[in-house]
Parts: sequence; C-alpha cells; structure tokens
Amino acid sequence: MSDSDISNMSEMSMIQAIHSALDVMLARDPNVLIFGEDVGYFGGVFRATDGLQAKYGPTRCFDTPLSEGGIVATAIGMGAYGLRPVVEIQFADYILPAYDQLVSEAARLRYRSGGEFWAPITVRAPYGGGIYGGQTHSASPEALFTHVAGLKTVIPATPYDAKGLLIAAIEDDDPVIFLEPKRIYNGPFDGRHDLPARPWAGHEGSEVPEGHYTVKLGQAAIRRPGRTVTVLAYGTMVHVSLRAVEECGIDAEVIDLRSLVPLDIETIISSVNKTGRCVIVHEATRYSGFGAELSALVQERCFYRLEAPITRVTGWDTPYPHAFEWDYFPGPQRVAEGLRRVLES
Amino acid sequence: MRNQPPLSLHIPVPHARPGEKPDFSYLTFPEAGALRCPDWLTPEAEMRDLPYSLIRVLAKDGQAVGPWDPRLAPDILRRGLRAMMLTRIFDDRMFTAHHQGKTSFYMKSTGEEATAIAPSLALLPSDMCFPTYRMTGFLVARDYPLKNMVNQIFANAEDPMRGRQLPLLYSARDYGFYTLAGNVGSRFGHAVGWAMASAYKNDDKIAMAFVGDGTTAEGNFHEAMVFASVYHAPVILCVTNNQWAISSYQGIAGGEETTFAARGIGYALPGLRVDGNDFLAVYSATQWAAERARANHGATLIEFVTYRVAGHSTNDDPSRYRPSDEASAWPLGDPIERLKTHLITIGEWSEQQHEALARELHEQVRAAAKAGEALGTLGQNPPPKREMFEHVFKEPDWRNLEQRREAGIAS
Repeated sequence: MSDSDISNMSEMSMIQAIHSALDVMLARDPNVLIFGEDVGYFGGVFRATDGLQAKYGPTRCFDTPLSEGGIVATAIGMGAYGLRPVVEIQFADYILPAYDQLVSEAARLRYRSGGEFWAPITVRAPYGGGIYGGQTHSASPEALFTHVAGLKTVIPATPYDAKGLLIAAIEDDDPVIFLEPKRIYNGPFDGRHDLPARPWAGHEGSEVPEGHYTVKLGQAAIRRPGRTVTVLAYGTMVHVSLRAVEECGIDAEVIDLRSLVPLDIETIISSVNKTGRCVIVHEATRYSGFGAELSALVQERCFYRLEAPITRVTGWDTPYPHAFEWDYFPGPQRVAEGLRRVLES
Repeated sequence: MRNQPPLSLHIPVPHARPGEKPDFSYLTFPEAGALRCPDWLTPEAEMRDLPYSLIRVLAKDGQAVGPWDPRLAPDILRRGLRAMMLTRIFDDRMFTAHHQGKTSFYMKSTGEEATAIAPSLALLPSDMCFPTYRMTGFLVARDYPLKNMVNQIFANAEDPMRGRQLPLLYSARDYGFYTLAGNVGSRFGHAVGWAMASAYKNDDKIAMAFVGDGTTAEGNFHEAMVFASVYHAPVILCVTNNQWAISSYQGIAGGEETTFAARGIGYALPGLRVDGNDFLAVYSATQWAAERARANHGATLIEFVTYRVAGHSTNDDPSRYRPSDEASAWPLGDPIERLKTHLITIGEWSEQQHEALARELHEQVRAAAKAGEALGTLGQNPPPKREMFEHVFKEPDWRNLEQRREAGIAS
C-alpha cells in the first residue's frame, strides 16, 4: 500500500468505495474518463458512477450504445491515444461480446507492436451470485481472463481493497479486468442467507481513506492467520470461508488473493508449506476454473509438504440455476465439508 | 394451401467461375467527372446519391476532370506514382522470397496500391491509420525504411517486431501506422476510440481505418459505425472492396444487395463510393472526409472499389475459384498505368522517365532484400529468444521470468 492521503477516513460500503475511487481519479487525472451502459446521467445500475457526470461533465462520464464489443474497442483506441479509460460492463455475464477485443487486441497490443502501442484500460464488471440473478446475472468468468497472457485480473473483497485496487488498476499501464463481487457491494455477505443481511458498517475493511491511495496489484492478504489448513479464496468467498472456519472452530489460514493476475505466489507457498493442507474456494464452475491453476501451482511447489490432497469447493459445472440459488452457491456448509475432508485425510 | 410456390433458399453466386468468361456487367458507374461534389457541410440526408454512384476523376484520355479533381501539384502525383511502383516491385520480390523459403508468408496488394498510398499522402503525419494487412503502400509512401519491412518478413535479428509478428503485420507509430493483426475488423473500433480521444483532448488529429469488403459482415464493423455516428468521431471509415475475401466474392458479404458505401446511411454517415484505381479520386475523397472530420463534422464512410489482382496470400491459388483472366477484364484498369498516363498527358512524365524510375526502384528493392538476407532469412538469425517473454506486460511478471529460465534463456 502507498498512502499518499489517508488522513481522512470514512466508513464506506464497497460500492461507495468504488465510487470514491472513480471520483478521486476523475479529479486527479484529466486523461481518466468513464463510459458504459447507463453510467452517465443515471449513474449506473449499481450506482457506481452516481453523480459523476454532473460533477465532472458529460465528456468525463457518459452513456454508450448497448455494445460491449464497441465499448471495449473504443476504450482500447483511447488507451492507445494516451487516455486511461475506465469502462463498465453492466454484468460480467455480458462481457462476452467484448471477449475478442480483450483477448485478440487489448492483451496483445504491447507484445505484437514491439512495445509501440498499449492499452491502459480498466474494465469493471459486477460478477458472481447470491442475488437470485439466474444464469445471466450471476456468472464468475475470471478464468476466461486469467487464461489470457497479457491481461490482469483483480477481485476485491473489502471496501478498502476495492478502492485501493481500483485506483491501482486505473494507474496500471496494462489492461486490467476488475471484477466486483456484487453480492458484497453493500455488506460482507458470508453465505448465511438464512440470517439477516449485515451492512459494511463496523467491518474493519469498511474504513476507507477519502483521498488517493493504492493497494498494489499482486499482493494477497491473510485475512485470518492459522496453522492447520490454508484456504485460498477471493471476492465473496473470502467472507464465506471465514464464516465456515469460524463455524467449524478450525485454526485455518484464510488468504484473500485480491489479484489473480499477477498472483502472489509467495504468500500462497509459504502458507501451504506451513499448514500442509489446502482448500481452494470459488463460485465459478470447477472444471478448468481458476482453482485448477491454484491447485496445480500448489502441487508443483508444495508437494512434499502436503499432508492431504488439495480440495476445491466451487460452483457446480452447470449454468447458474435461478431456483436453486443456495444449492449452487458454495456456502459455508460446503466450505466446512471441504475443510473437514482435508483435515481428516 | 397458399397459392404460392414453396420457399427456396437464396445462395449468392459470382458472375463467373474458372473456365467462364469474366463478367463485370453488374458494375455500372458514371463517366469520370460526372458526379457532383457537394460541400462537406451538406447534411448527410442530402448526399444519399453519392454512395450509389462512383467518384472518378481520371478520364479515359488521361485528363483529370470534374468537381472531385483535387488539383494536386505534379510533385505529389509523382510521389504517388513512385510509391505505387515501389510497392508493387517490393511485393513481387517478397512473394518470390517466400517461394525461396526465406519467409513463412506473404500477401501482395497488386492492383489496389492507390487505396493505401493516396490516403497516406493526403493525411497529416500526426493522424493515425488503422490499416488492413494489404496496405504496405501506406508505409512505402511515407518512406518507412524498406529494410525494416524486410527484416520483419525475414524475422531476423533486426526485426522491429522482435520476432513476434508475421510478415506484413507491421506497427509503425512514428509513421501514423497502427499495429496490425491477422484477425480482421477488430481495430475498426480502435480508430473510433482514437479519434474520440483526439476530440476529447481538443486536439486536431483524425483517424482513418480500413477493412475489406468481407469484413463488413463482422460485428466490429457495425459497432464502430454506431460509435462513430453517436459521438461524431473525427474518423474516416473505409471499406476496400477488392471483390474477393479469399475465395468468397463480395456478394457473400452482401455487396449485391446494396453498395458498401450505402451501409453508412443507416448510421447517418455520409457514404462516398470511389474508383479505387483512380489515384486522384482516392486522394480527393480522403481529403474531403478529412476536412469534414477536422472541422468537427464527424465521420465519413468511404468504399474504395478496386480489384485484388493477386491471390489472397502465398497460400492461395485464385485460379481455383475465379477466371484466371478476370483481373485483365477489370473495368477500372490499373492504378499505376492510369496515373502514369495522366502524368504523361499533362506533360509531367515520360516513358523514359518511367523506365528509369522502374530500374532505380528495382535496384532499391534488390539492395534492401540483399541487406536483409545478409542479416538472415527465416530461421537463420532470429531475434534474441528473451524477446519471447518481453512486453507481455509492461514489466514481466514472475511467470514470464520463471518460464524464461525454464526455457534456458539467460536474463
């Protein structure tokens, strides 16, 4: 973390922290501009850009045609010119029309041009389930991006990280996919949908500096130190994992990856070498998910320290089914089962 | 029962296949000089005759005629002629180099050189071209060093793309030439974004982007058009209609349903349809659209009607899908011959000068090729292998460094 202005702290939800990051960067850098569907006058369907057009003017924050491919193509061209566009894809489920732009163009511009052109763009997209969004508002597509050489993929789990990581992403000279776990926009949802929803207020991660600061891309955070098993998680699943660990009474070490690319491999290795056990948790489908990469990395680097097979707790290999929200969502009970599995073997 | 025949599926077919007589009777166009040239301040709705006609300046007798005549100084015309000749000679040499195993791949722009070279000379150095892979002439016209191209084609140690790119997929920022890729159409929207950025910064630069007739079917094409239209982007969007997308004739892209220039009407973008083998017409249309864009009146769509004389690439044999004498039947002639005739007609060129120039350019290309061969052709003297792991990100991440070690490459 670099802390150029952390004197004034405020309690913020994650969506407020994201809004604050955009506000800070619009004020700070005239080359930053924001566009996407409904982000201008209206302020975005999740309110991430609420009031920013009125504050900074219509050329700094504006609405676009319903064209994810067009949005990202436009951003790349602007990035090549020297701007730092921040674009919103309304739901990560809808990012696929832009996939060609991200894979064939944004990710390769610098490489294929011998360093002549690059696209310092940030693509924000709310992702993940737990909101009864059905197949088209719940997806976790992170592995589609981590598989692509040249893209960075970042996922915050707290308001503090959301703001610091988003500013770091905007200031980064490589293209960054910034996936926002929308289920925790307004509170640290831990998977216990049967209990009343909690707001961010009171959570230590909701203390957010009002000004500019960054959380460096590629540094994981140990959310709970422990000795018996390492839990690797990101986004909403950090909170679900913490809940599961608490309910099981297990001395687990819970690591919030924060950024999948670049990945903080050192923190992962040193934790698993210490605990000898590893559970990987994500909402996305299991097969070829990011957990498969994590599992391979841990196996390659920690094999002789492992005391049990690595376990994955993930969404099922199906589309996200509307009526079976909590059967699909890998909640604390499934995480707890995974923890017991690696501890008992 | 309806009293109608059953439905039948329409599959477009070209007018002539191998062994048949070439047939361009579907192409009808006005005489040079016949089409009006409206002021670019004219509302788009009052210019909707233009995309269905054809802007032509060079008449059969070699004179430049009509309101689209850009009245260029003979020096510019000679520069254009030189660049077109040099491009054709270079293409032929590199095509042969492929047959000699010196490179992996090549594509010629024979017959459509004017569509790259006239815009190259009409734009300002600070503007940005988002080219297709058949636009070597754009760089040639701006005196991009031939040796840079040769070194990339031969993928030798001096390859400016450091061994990462195919021949022809150049990048030359200082020459206003955006990085190319083999996939088509996906840079069309970048040009719109680049142009919007210029407007956002209150600069005076414009962008000019190209796709082929086949690529107009890609979603990217339409996405770029809608953004260009909505935000009045200072960009010139061009379709180089060379009649063939590998083996698919332009009817497969919908070219027989309406013109490609008329695609602009749905987006309220002025559509100019231009004789792409007429250097003066291409220059003039580019200039018209550039002035309009620079004056903040937004984007123009231009269709350059031309003909791909060569095969798609070194991997293609066009005699398998079109008459082998189709190029000679092309009704709009050859851009080099037409500009040469014009220069001779106005007393600014001669056969002797032309022959002398051709000899000089052959020698220039031979020297550049020899210099490249001395450095190494494909596989002989590649760039340092560490280049494989550079520029994936601005700074290599741990995977790049670890895998570089794994590949046995010293840092």
